[in-house]
Amino acid sequence: MTTDKNGGKIVRIASGQGFWGDWLEAPRRQVEGGDVDYLMLDYLAEVTMSILQKQKERDPKMGYARDFVGAIESVLPAVAKRGVRVIANAGGVNPPACADAIRGVAQKNGVSDAIKIGVVTGDDLLPRIDELIAAGHPLANMETGEALSTVRDRVLSANAYIGSTPIVEALSRSANIVITGRSTDTALTMAPLRFEFGWADNDWDKLASGIIAGHTIECGAQCSGGNCLYDWQSIPDLANVGYPIVEGHADGSFVIYKHPNTGGRISVPSVTEQLVYEMGDPNSYITPDVIADFTTIHLEAAGENRVRLFGIKGRPPTDKLKVSIAYRAGFKAVGTLVYSWPDAYPKAQLADRVLRERLDNLGLKFDHIMTEFVGVSATHGPLAGEPHDPPEVQLRFGVRGENKADIERFTREIVPLVLNGPPSVTGFAGGRPKVEEIVAYWPALVDKTVVQTNVEVLT
Amino acid sequence: MKVRLLDVAHARSGDKGDTANVGLIALKPEWFPFLQKYVTLDRVGAHFKDVITGPVERYELPNLNALNFLLHGALDGGGTLSLKTDAQGKVFSTAMLRMVLDVPDGEATALKLPALKLPDRQ
Repeated sequence: MTTDKNGGKIVRIASGQGFWGDWLEAPRRQVEGGDVDYLMLDYLAEVTMSILQKQKERDPKMGYARDFVGAIESVLPAVAKRGVRVIANAGGVNPPACADAIRGVAQKNGVSDAIKIGVVTGDDLLPRIDELIAAGHPLANMETGEALSTVRDRVLSANAYIGSTPIVEALSRSANIVITGRSTDTALTMAPLRFEFGWADNDWDKLASGIIAGHTIECGAQCSGGNCLYDWQSIPDLANVGYPIVEGHADGSFVIYKHPNTGGRISVPSVTEQLVYEMGDPNSYITPDVIADFTTIHLEAAGENRVRLFGIKGRPPTDKLKVSIAYRAGFKAVGTLVYSWPDAYPKAQLADRVLRERLDNLGLKFDHIMTEFVGVSATHGPLAGEPHDPPEVQLRFGVRGENKADIERFTREIVPLVLNGPPSVTGFAGGRPKVEEIVAYWPALVDKTVVQTNVEVLT
Repeated sequence: MKVRLLDVAHARSGDKGDTANVGLIALKPEWFPFLQKYVTLDRVGAHFKDVITGPVERYELPNLNALNFLLHGALDGGGTLSLKTDAQGKVFSTAMLRMVLDVPDGEATALKLPALKLPDRQ
């Protein structure tokens, strides 16, 4: 830990992963590029839990984000010798198995003595669903209001989003690698701030500041120049982009910065773009710990590639936790073909009509068919206006439905168009499309009182 | 005078289920009141009427010189259900920036708003 020029303590939390699949280089670069106290790694998106649940069903030692093992190996010297602590929701649906894998890596590298793994569990509600429904918790879909009983036999995973408290406990028991399941993304950053500064669990403004610090860096480089529309042509050296770091202060204010000699850009516009990302009602960003008010954020430039956030207000949370439920929802397949100039778009349109007629003639049943013309209207629809003689257009044709055999049959109907449909067609080297099972997301709420978290610190 | 949002704002979008959000941010702080006045719920609803199936919600963040819009029924069911290229609503932001507004000349000049330049097609 270090202090600022007035002698106040500062805590530095580096974001090293914005989702499972993010840049493998980032965690190591974050601990080697300069001094940091914590490394925060966010692996879980809405449907990730169900993918992990399927993996665990096949092998009880699986069900966690396996990228995390490599990430830890790449930062082990910093953790073992320099005291950097790691917090990650990499545990997925199997935090104990994830901890075992991490212990294995520590042993292999001869640093077992220097590693204390904190494991947070209790978010997994899958074994308790029937008990909860019977006890009067309908786990109704937050968007449609439907009771979970309507899809009960198709549920694959169910996890409560848990807050910062168990992570704070693991840190207070000296864990230097904390592994959680479905904790909120923001708790991974808020917990070390709360722990280091000793913020009370009802100090709403400071807790809200910690949540917004977490929101700012939870998507990795998306606040430091990545995916930044503002003045994008002038953002330097994206190949060497620096991931963001929170420099937290005891009063709740914090600075977002990145290591020197890295690319990208941290500016008021780049941070603002991330603040509004995936935003609902900005007055009420609801988390298990606190409700944060995004309309109270003050933002100011604080030097080159430094932006300061302060003045953030919060208020008490609700008595519910959000639950992320995943269920089987049929099958889908998407296939593509590319049509070239001249008349690329009319050719693709004719191919679409021919394909629809053939599917119809075969009597195949789908819940939904979608055609997109990539290069014409796929991303902006009719807002894009009329195309102006494009050099090529990709026909992108998708179907979804409950009947797997019908989806399979569809995948055989795309490629024949190469020889028996409109001319000047290519781009079919991938062969026929793959049938995918759809695992859909069912957001619900549950009373906080029914979820008990547990912290174990392994030495 | 015609003013295109792309020339006065930047934006980012994301998803929550079948809803896309678009955060619209003024390129200059002094242009935020202009966005507040002209980028109304009705105007955005009309802009996206052939693209989304549900209603629109609008929120103001004057502290960030930003507006936030929730576009419901935007993502063909959303997440893994969606058959769309943009299943997660990542580029609804740029679709929003296509919006062209009619602004009285005096008002546009006072704010130094850039006029829309129509491209030469032929």
